Amino acid sequence: MTTVGVLLSRVRVEEKLLLEELERRRVATKVIDDRELILALERPPALGVDVVLERCIQHSRALYALAVFETYGIPTVNTFEVADICGNKLLTSLRLIRAGVPTPLTRLAFTPESALSAVEELGYPAVLKPLVGSWGRLISKVNDRDAAESLLEHKDVLGTYMHSIYYAQEHVKKPGRDIRAFVVGDETICAIYRYSDHWITNTARGGKATNCPVTPELGDLCVRAARAVGGGVVAVDVVESDRGPLVIEVNYTMEFRNSIDTTGVNIPAKMVDFVLDVARRAEPLAAARA
Amino acid sequence: MPKCPECDADVTVGTDAVKGEIVSCGDCGAELEVKGTAPVELALAPQAEEDWGE
Repeated sequence: MTTVGVLLSRVRVEEKLLLEELERRRVATKVIDDRELILALERPPALGVDVVLERCIQHSRALYALAVFETYGIPTVNTFEVADICGNKLLTSLRLIRAGVPTPLTRLAFTPESALSAVEELGYPAVLKPLVGSWGRLISKVNDRDAAESLLEHKDVLGTYMHSIYYAQEHVKKPGRDIRAFVVGDETICAIYRYSDHWITNTARGGKATNCPVTPELGDLCVRAARAVGGGVVAVDVVESDRGPLVIEVNYTMEFRNSIDTTGVNIPAKMVDFVLDVARRAEPLAAARA
Repeated sequence: MPKCPECDADVTVGTDAVKGEIVSCGDCGAELEVKGTAPVELALAPQAEEDWGE
């Protein structure tokens, strides 16, 4: 019988729905609180689980816990690779570009001076983003040179060293909305439009959700984006631009509370299906190791 | 009934609450973490940090 470990920091609506889905199916479940976790690197973690569903709210904890689990052959959803890539906007952009997935023009620079040149090359308005971060925090729309100089100086002086890795992107004029699509394995299971009068449309920032039909084109684009970062259970953010849909980023510990009723798709059930499938596929490997 | 550690108001916590769940105080709006369920214990939830998200 499969035992699912759920690695988490706090039980948000999403984690509660996932735990309820596991309970409904009578799947043995063990909640692993990352705040209580001590991992001895010299030996396999004694988790007593067959697969780990990672639901940490903190990227750094997720990343390093997954690194240890994966080293010792414990199957995880998502994998360390996916967390590593999706947790970093630069690495995500590179994977998308390498896979031929359309994404906004992006520039990387290492000094305020070169970053200013990069922003000017992209043209105003441009967008500056921290490499690591979520919920639209610290993402800045830079409307002119004065704003760019000021912002870059602030990042240089006040930020940690990671804020001096300058990631600048073209500002995509979008139709008052963007698309959040949910991919599980090889299927785009559903999608929502996120509407907002603000240029940041995250629902965490007040964006309103409505159902977005998954056309074959959108479904294919999002599956390709998911595969580009390593595959698994991810949420793909897409903007509609003059030159077609562009993938902005891929989220690996996706939030979906606003998307179940909106789309009519039981997202946690689909996620649990995938987790159990990963465990099943790993069984022969575990038996071979024993 | 458990009290809000921020404003001391009574906080209603569902019977299906689980350890680690986040609830809000209806009076002051503080985010509270369920630290225990029998009896219900509440503490201020950690504030968001730079690497929090999805």
